[in-house]
Amino acid sequence: MSPSCCSNTACVEAGQRNIVLVGNPNVGKSIFFSAWSGIYADVSNFPGTTVEISRGKIGEDILLDTPGVYGVSSFNDEERVARDVILTADLVVNVVDATHLERDLFLSLQLADMAIPMVVALNFCDEAEILGIRVDTKLLEERLGVPVVSTSAVKNRGLKEVFAALPLARAGLSHPEIDQAVINLLDRIDTRPEALMVLEGDEVVAERHGVAPENDRERVYLLRRQRANDIVAATVNRPEKSARFRDLLGRLCLHPASGLLILGAVLWGCYQLIGVWVAGDIVGLTEEAIMQGHWEPWIRGLVDPLVAESSVLGQILIGEFGLLTMTITYLLGLLLPLVVGFYVALSLLEDSGYLPRLATFVDRLMTSIGLNGRAIIPVILGFGCVQLGTITTRILGCKRERTIATAILNFVVPCSAQIGVIAGMLAAVGFMLSLTYVAVIFTCLAVLGTVLNKVIPGQSSALLIDLPPMRLPRPANVLRKTVIRSFFFMKEAYIWFFAGSLGVSLLQVSGGLKAWQDLVAPLTVGWLHLPKEAATAFVMGMVRRDFGAAGLTDLALSPWQVVVSLVVITLFVPCIASLMILFKERGFKEATTVWLGAWILAFGVGGLLAQIVL
Amino acid sequence: MSLNDLRRGQCGTIINVPDENLRIQLLRFGIINGTQVSCHCKLPFGPVVLKYGGQEIAIGRDIARQVTIKAVL
Ligand SMILES: Nc1nc2c(ncn2[C@@H]2O[C@H](COP(=O)(O)OP(=O)(O)OP(=O)(O)O)[C@@H](O)[C@H]2O)c(=O)[nH]1
Ligand SMILES: [Mg+2]
Repeated sequence: MSPSCCSNTACVEAGQRNIVLVGNPNVGKSIFFSAWSGIYADVSNFPGTTVEISRGKIGEDILLDTPGVYGVSSFNDEERVARDVILTADLVVNVVDATHLERDLFLSLQLADMAIPMVVALNFCDEAEILGIRVDTKLLEERLGVPVVSTSAVKNRGLKEVFAALPLARAGLSHPEIDQAVINLLDRIDTRPEALMVLEGDEVVAERHGVAPENDRERVYLLRRQRANDIVAATVNRPEKSARFRDLLGRLCLHPASGLLILGAVLWGCYQLIGVWVAGDIVGLTEEAIMQGHWEPWIRGLVDPLVAESSVLGQILIGEFGLLTMTITYLLGLLLPLVVGFYVALSLLEDSGYLPRLATFVDRLMTSIGLNGRAIIPVILGFGCVQLGTITTRILGCKRERTIATAILNFVVPCSAQIGVIAGMLAAVGFMLSLTYVAVIFTCLAVLGTVLNKVIPGQSSALLIDLPPMRLPRPANVLRKTVIRSFFFMKEAYIWFFAGSLGVSLLQVSGGLKAWQDLVAPLTVGWLHLPKEAATAFVMGMVRRDFGAAGLTDLALSPWQVVVSLVVITLFVPCIASLMILFKERGFKEATTVWLGAWILAFGVGGLLAQIVL
Repeated sequence: MSLNDLRRGQCGTIINVPDENLRIQLLRFGIINGTQVSCHCKLPFGPVVLKYGGQEIAIGRDIARQVTIKAVL
């Protein structure tokens, strides 16, 4: 499988090698990846940050970052992604967490049984030191049969040393009994890692080789677990430390009463930051004062003498939906501050270690819609950008859960930019009406989840998640994540905004917009009780939902009309970019169902609400 | 008794995990028959949070109920 490598055991051949970072979730692999390859990778304090393979180069070789896994196997999509990369590895850098080696060594020993040349990075040495945990690295090296290097990735300690140790990589010592069993398979399966997979009953790998999977998984796993425990007993000295502050904080997040209080505080904080401060004060400054107050008059003054505003080109450039006026104002004055504000909040949440606790806290609620608490993670990431949320559903246990979570993400979860616009508009209509909006959306979520849970056959998996310690977010990491994600969000958004405005302008000057408005007037005016200009926002919303929401800000709407229009635009079809991800991740049938279903849901629910309140 | 019956702060030793899939998942986390775990906290009708060997994991109610344990006094 690997292009250059003869056998995995003795890869001395020059040329391009696959160097793969492998480890349990949340052990710091992505920090190593970024540091060595110079390529940005998200780093956060929850298991399941990386769900896709990232590739970089170091010298002649390729460096790959993988999703964290507890073992090489195929329990969910994330593991399948990691498994296939690990099987092609010429060299593995196994990152382990020194504060809980008994968990991490299981994977290390599995890699040793595969006999892929490897180096172990014993990470989190700073935390181990604080906790008084001492690891005898010399002895660990001896027992594993591979180089072990102490590191503290966030402090940038040991990264260079691990890199320098790469040429010393060796195949680890295999468990004698497992070794023998694998050797017995080698006449039928050419590479040792794959032979081990077959021995452990991996159906996919077995099928690739046209053999039946062996039935030895549990025996092999138990032998390996026993060996891991023995090694830990011999090499790790762990004092009984009493609970510390962060233990207490972690517990408070989970306690029914204080947990609810903390959840309330987090939501309130996010609302204050994004809804009130950014969507209100900051956008007031950037959109109205700076963009509409200074930029638009200035650019109009500049362009108008050359191209009259009344001409077709003038309309396109500086008219109502002008590329240089409205589009730029939306992008820089409205979207940018909102997205930045959102990613600050999201990054803080991700880095604190709160998300896995939130998953535990809401588990009971989520089971009633056919998900377990873990699904809250893709949903929250989806508030940042629905695309990221959709990809992150890979961390969920089974296909059924992925389908439900993806549907919820694409039907009811508004993305950061859209939330900002929505929050700004809701702030103007008062508390009770805002509450109605929230209640309608949550009802849709609950009904949608319950129905899907009923109609999709099968059973969802139960929660099983490890809770990393609460940590103080590092400002540098929060800043880096915010800047990079906002940059990519804007980079992706701007082209659609320009294309969308151009489209709407063209429709306007050609009279198509009026025709469209009249065409759907029965729906907008008759059914939704909105002004017929609202139809423009729906055209814009098909391109991007945030664009659609922004299109509503300029309409003169009564408070209840605001609520109805926001409900429609929230439940509206996913933007083009999300739709493409949806096709890729979930296939044609599911994606089309979601897209068509969104029309029905948005107009159905919006209309019902309009019939009641308007 | 099952994992579900542990009270907060109480310890127990794992006796039996009947479901193979769950048994394997727990094994990878480091929990096998004979492992001693303590109940870090518990949500009403929700998951049980266990603590063992410097690690915390949350286990859904439905599967916690399947795990037989013996209380450690
Ligand atoms: N104190 C301390 N924290 C660390 C160290 N290494 C990583 N971290 C933190 O651990 C968390 C996880 O780091 P990541 O690089 O995202 O881990 P990962 O292995 O890529 O995680 P997944 O992609 O979820 O599998 C982050 O919050 C880091 O800041 C370390 O040596 N010491
Ligand atoms: Mg990662």
